[in-house]
Amino acid sequence: MTQMNMVQAINSALRHEMKRDDRVVVLGEDVGKVGGVFRVTQGLFDEFGDDRVIDTPLSEGGIIGCAIGMALYGLVPVPEIQFSDFIFPAYDQIVSELAKFRYRSGGEYPSKLVIRTPVGGGIRGGHYHSQSPESLFIHVAGLKVVCPSNPHDAKGLLLASIRDPDPVLFFEPKRIYRAAKGDVPDEDYTVPIGKAAISREGKHVTMIAWGAMLYEALAAADQAAEQGVDCEVIDLRTLWPVDIDTIIESVKKTGRVVVVHEAPKTCGFGAELIALINEKAFLHLEAPPVRVTGFDTPFPYTLENEYLPLAHRILPAVLETARY
Amino acid sequence: MAQPSLTETGASAGHSPSLDPNASDVIRVLRDDGTLDPATDPKLSDDAVVALFQHMVFVRVLDERLVTLQRQGRIGFHIGSLGEEAAILGSAFAMRSQDWLFPCYREFGAALWRGMTLQSYIDNMFGNAGDPAHGRQMPDHYTARAAKFGSISSPIGTQITQGAGFAWAAKIKRDDLVALVYFGEGATSSNEFHNGLNFAGVFKTPNVFFCRNNGWAISVPVERQTASETFAGKGVAYGVPGVRCDGNDLFAVIKATRDAVAHAASGKGPVLIEALTYRLSGHSTSDDPKAYRKDEVVEAWKQRDPLVRLRKYLDGRSLWSDALQSELESKVDAEIKTAVAVAEKKPQPSLESMFDDVFAELPWHLKEQRAQLLAGVRAKGH
Ligand SMILES: Cc1ncc(C[n+]2csc(CCOP(=O)(O)OP(=O)(O)O)c2C)c(N)n1
Repeated sequence: MTQMNMVQAINSALRHEMKRDDRVVVLGEDVGKVGGVFRVTQGLFDEFGDDRVIDTPLSEGGIIGCAIGMALYGLVPVPEIQFSDFIFPAYDQIVSELAKFRYRSGGEYPSKLVIRTPVGGGIRGGHYHSQSPESLFIHVAGLKVVCPSNPHDAKGLLLASIRDPDPVLFFEPKRIYRAAKGDVPDEDYTVPIGKAAISREGKHVTMIAWGAMLYEALAAADQAAEQGVDCEVIDLRTLWPVDIDTIIESVKKTGRVVVVHEAPKTCGFGAELIALINEKAFLHLEAPPVRVTGFDTPFPYTLENEYLPLAHRILPAVLETARY
Repeated sequence: MAQPSLTETGASAGHSPSLDPNASDVIRVLRDDGTLDPATDPKLSDDAVVALFQHMVFVRVLDERLVTLQRQGRIGFHIGSLGEEAAILGSAFAMRSQDWLFPCYREFGAALWRGMTLQSYIDNMFGNAGDPAHGRQMPDHYTARAAKFGSISSPIGTQITQGAGFAWAAKIKRDDLVALVYFGEGATSSNEFHNGLNFAGVFKTPNVFFCRNNGWAISVPVERQTASETFAGKGVAYGVPGVRCDGNDLFAVIKATRDAVAHAASGKGPVLIEALTYRLSGHSTSDDPKAYRKDEVVEAWKQRDPLVRLRKYLDGRSLWSDALQSELESKVDAEIKTAVAVAEKKPQPSLESMFDDVFAELPWHLKEQRAQLLAGVRAKGH
C-alpha cells in the first residue's frame, strides 16, 4: 500500500498498465515532456518514450480520430483530453464513430480506447474549465462512463477500463485531484466497472453522488445525522452502465432519494436515475425523489460556489425529503 | 560572437517550421541598428509611433502588475502578452475604424487600444459587478463590443470560423469592412482553422487571419503542430495567400497588416499573416515553462524584445528619453493602482445575475431555480 492522491493513483495505473501491456499508448496535448497540465502523465514520457507517450497537435478531433485508428490496428490508446470542456471538437468521432464501431460492423471492428479527461468545477475555471458533460455521453449507446471519487478506485477503475473490451470515458474530478488521498495497493487489482460502493450506510434517505460531489453528500449526511436523519450515501463510481441493483435495494430500504450532481439539472444524469427508480421502486417511495444539481446556466466564474451543489444546498433537500 | 539560436524549441522531430525572423520571405522594417528599411517602411508619423510605444509600455506594465496580483491571490488567473506586444498592437493599429477584431485570449492590448476602458478590463480580472460580463467568465475573458472586439471564449480556434462568417456577412451587405482574426499557431491544428480558411477562401471574405506564431502551445513546440515549413504556407491549399512578418518589429507588423487589409477590402479575399514572435512568459500564470524549454532560447528572444527594439528607433530619432520613460511608467502604474483599488471595492455580481442572459427572456424553470437559490443558504468562500 502507498498513500497517494488522485493524480498519483491515476499516474500509477497508467505506468502499471504500460509496463504490463506494450499496446497501451498515451496521447494528447502537453501529456509528454511536461506530464500534462495537471501532471497526471508525469514521468511517463521519460520512462516509455516518444512512441508511447505522445504530444499531439492541438486538435481533439485529431487525437480521438487517430486513437480510434490505432485501436483498430490493435493498440490500446488512452488519449487525454486536457479538460472535458474541450472534448467537443472530438464529439463527432466519439458519438458517430467510437460508440458505434462494434455495432455497425457486426462485431468485426470493435474500437476500444479509454478517454481520460478532467471534469467538474472547483478550480475557478469559469465556463470552459468546469463543466460536467457526462450525460451527453451516457445518452449515446455504446459508451461506458466512469467517474472515481478516491485514489483507490481511480487506479482500480482505470485498470479495469483499459482492460474492458468497450470504449470508456474516464472522468477525473479535478476539484479533488490533490485533495482526495488514500491508500492504494501496489499490486495488480481492479475495481469492477458497473459496481457502485456504499460510502455510508443509513436507513432514512438514499443519497446518490459521484466524483467530487460525493464528499459534499457525505458532509451533508454528517450534518443530517445531527438532526436525527440517517443517510445512506451511494458512490456510483461507474455512471454507465449504472449499478441499478445497489440503488434499488437502498431505495427499497429508505423510500427517499436525493441525487446530487454538478451538471445542470435538465436532462442531467439525475433525471435518468430518478426515472429508473420510479420504474423499479415506485411503490416503495415515501417522498418525491429530489435533485440537487448545478443550475441550468453556463458554469459561472465568480459565483462558482453558489452554482455548485455543495453541502449547504444538499442538507435542506435531505431534511425536507426525510420529513415529507 | 555566435548568434544565439532563435529557432530551437526543444522537441525532437524530423522537420522544424522556421521561427527565424531573418529568413528571406519575412517582411522586416526595423533593422538591428534601430533604423528603418525604406523599401518596406510603412511611413508612420512620429506621433503615431510614440503613441504606440507608450501603449506597448502600458500593456507591458499592466501584464507585470496582473501577474503580481495573481501571485498575491487577489485575482485568480492571468494570460499575458509578454514579448508579443508589437504583433498585437501593430495589427490592431493597422485596422481602420470600421474594421473588427476577433480575438483569441492574449490580445487585451488590442482591446484597450481600440477603446475598452482599463477599468472595465480590471473589473473582468476581478470578476466583479462592474465587469460587463457580470463575472461570469474567467479573467482575460472580457467583452468589449464598443471597441469592435469579439467576445472571448477559451475553446481554441472557434473564433476563426466566426470571423470568416462575420466578414462574409459584411460582404453580402456590401459594407466596407474587414475582420481580423487572432489566434496562436497551435490553433492552426484545430478543426476550425481549416473550416474558417476554407470558407473564407471559397467565398473570398474580407478577412485578415493573424497567426501569432509565438513558438509554443503551452508546452508543445511548433514542430508538433505542423510538418509545413511555415504556418503562412497553410493558407495555400485553401487559396488564401500567406505572408510572414517579423512579429517583434512593430513597423513590419503594421506593413503586413495594412497590405492585407487593403487586399481584403478590395474584394480580393482573405490573407493569412504569420507574425514570428515569442511567448516570453509561461503560457499563463498556471504554467511553469522551465519544465519544457531552455533558458538560452528565451534569452535569445529577449534580445529581440519588441519594446527594446522600438526604443532604439525612438532614441535614434530623439523621440524618447529616460525621463519620459520613467514619467510614463509612474503614470501607468498609478492608473493601474487606481483601477485595481476601484475594482476591489466593487461588489460581486448579484446572485440574480447568474440567471440573466441565458435566454433573452427568463423561462419558467430559471425563474424557479433563481427563487430556490435566493431562498437558500449562502455558500462560503467567494
Ligand atoms: C479546444 C481546446 N483544446 C485545448 C485547450 C487548452 N489550451 C488552452 S491554450 C492552449 C494552447 C494554445 O496555443 P496557441 O494556439 O499556439 O496559442 P498561444 O497560447 O500560444 O497564444 C491549449 C492547448 C483549449 N483552450 N481549447
